[in-house]
Amino acid sequence: MSEATRAEFCAVAVADAFRGDGERLASCFGSIPAIGAKLAKLTFEPDLMMTDGVAYLRDDVAPVSGAPTDEAVVESWLPFRSVFDLLWNGRRHVVMTASQIDRYGNHNFACIGAHEKPKAQLLGMRGAPGNTISHTTSYWVPNHSAKVFVPEVDVVSGVGYDRARALGPEASRFHEIRRVVSNLGVFDFETDDQRMRLRSVHPGTTVDEVVAQTGFELAIDEAVPETRAPTADELAIIREQLDPRDARSREVPH
Amino acid sequence: MDKRTTAAEAVAEIQDGMTVGIGGWGSRRKPMALVRELLRTQVKDLTVVTYGGPDAGLLCRAGKVKRLIYGFVSLDSIPLEPHFRKARQAGAFQASELDEGMLQWGLYAAALRLPFLPTRAGLGSDVLRINPELRMVTSPYDDGEELVAVPALELDVALIHMNRADARGNGAFLGPDLYFDDLYCMAAKRRFMSCEKIVPTEALASEGGAHALRIRRDMVDGVIETPNGAHFTECPPDYGRDENFQREYAATAKDPDAFAAFEAKYLAVDEDEYQARVREREPVK
Repeated sequence: MSEATRAEFCAVAVADAFRGDGERLASCFGSIPAIGAKLAKLTFEPDLMMTDGVAYLRDDVAPVSGAPTDEAVVESWLPFRSVFDLLWNGRRHVVMTASQIDRYGNHNFACIGAHEKPKAQLLGMRGAPGNTISHTTSYWVPNHSAKVFVPEVDVVSGVGYDRARALGPEASRFHEIRRVVSNLGVFDFETDDQRMRLRSVHPGTTVDEVVAQTGFELAIDEAVPETRAPTADELAIIREQLDPRDARSREVPH
Repeated sequence: MDKRTTAAEAVAEIQDGMTVGIGGWGSRRKPMALVRELLRTQVKDLTVVTYGGPDAGLLCRAGKVKRLIYGFVSLDSIPLEPHFRKARQAGAFQASELDEGMLQWGLYAAALRLPFLPTRAGLGSDVLRINPELRMVTSPYDDGEELVAVPALELDVALIHMNRADARGNGAFLGPDLYFDDLYCMAAKRRFMSCEKIVPTEALASEGGAHALRIRRDMVDGVIETPNGAHFTECPPDYGRDENFQREYAATAKDPDAFAAFEAKYLAVDEDEYQARVREREPVK
C-alpha cells in the first residue's frame, strides 16, 4: 500500500479526537471529519452514534464517497427537536469547520466584518453557541493560514476557553474544545492557561511553517511529535471502504 | 366545521409591521405557495421568524423584511442562501440572529404562554452582543446559575405546510421530520396550514399512522389545499427538492436581469400559472 497522504493523516487525527467518547453522537461537517469519525467507529470507538444527515441514526457506516451501500440500518429517529434535546443533554461531540479561530479557541464561521453589515456573510451562528457550551467540540481547518488562525475573531460563534472561564464554573462545566485539526498539524488546549498548543505536526511540514502560518503565538513544547501515521488497517478502511472516490484529496490536495 | 380557505384570504390577514413565523427548515417543506402569495401583496415592514430557506431569501429580496429573527438561512444543497446573503451584506434588514436551539426555545416559550425559557445556549458567544435585548436570569435554586432567558417569540401569523390535512385543521406530516411546525402554530394568534391534499378525517391516519398527526385542529384557523405547494423545497414522500429550479433561483442573485426574468416568469403570476410553468420545464437528467 502506498504511503499515507496528508489528507489521510488528517482523517486519522480526527478519528483520534473521538478516543474515549463511547456512546455519543458524533456529528461532522466536511469530508475528512466524516471519514475520521467513521474510521473511529469502525475501529476503536464502536459505540459512537451517527446520523444519516436527515433524521435517522444509522447503525451501519455509510461511505463518504462512492456508491451508497445497501439499505440503511436505522437504529433510531433523531428529528431536529430531539437533536437539540440531545445536545443540551451533552452526549455529543461535534467537529465544525472554522473560518476564524483564536488562541483560546474562540471560533467564527458566522460572518467576516461587523455583524450589522458584514463584508462577507458566511454560515451564520448556526448551532455553534449552544454546541460549544453544552458538549465536546473539535474544529477542522483544511486551509491553515494566518487568515484563519487570527489574534481576534470578528464574531464569536463558538465559545473559547477564556470566555468560558469568565462565565464561572457552573456555566462552563460542559465546555470542552478537544482538538483543532488542520492540514498542517493537530492542536489542543492542554496548557495551564488553556491556550492553543501545537500537539503534533503532520509529516512534510515543520513547526516553523506552522508558526509562520498562524496569526498568534502558539504554545509549543520543546519537542513536538509528528502526527500519528495511519495503520495499514486504517488506510485500507479509508481507501477501500469509506472514501473510494477520494473526496479527502479534494479537501486537502496532495 | 370547515376551515378551508384560499391562500389569498389567508395572506390578506397579514398587515404591515406584523410578525410572521414560517415553518419548515432550510429548503425543506416550506409553505412556499403561501410565501409566493405574500410576495404578491403590498405588505411591508414584516418581522419574519424562521429556520430560513428560500422563504427568507425571497422575502428579503422583495424588501418586505424589516427584521429577521432566525437560526440560519440555507438552501441545504446550496449552503448559503445567496439572496439572503446579498441582503445581509447590504445591511437591508435588522438581523436578529439566534443560536438554532434558542429559536426553538423562543417559539416554545410563546407556545406555552411563558415570558421566557432559560438555557445555556448563547452564553459566552456574540449572540448576546448582537441581540442586546436578550437578558439573563439567575436560577432561584441553590446552584444560582446564570442563564440566558430566551424571550417568547410571539407571532401574529404562522404559515406551515403539511402533507395531508382535513378540512377541520388536523394535519399530518409524512416525511422524516416535523421540524417545529407545531410550535409556530401554538405561538401565533392566526394559524394557516397549506397542504398537498385535503382528505376526509377518517383517511388522515391511513398513510403515516397516528404518530404523523402532530398538527391538531385547535392549532389551526385556516386550511389551504396547495398541491406541489412547497415547491421548490422538498416535501417527502410526495416529492423531493427541485434542485434544478433551486440552482436557477440561486444563480439569479448575481444578476439583476436574471432575477427580473425569474420574477416575471414565476412570481408575477398566480399559483396555478406558477405550477403550470413549473410543469412545462424541461425535465433535467
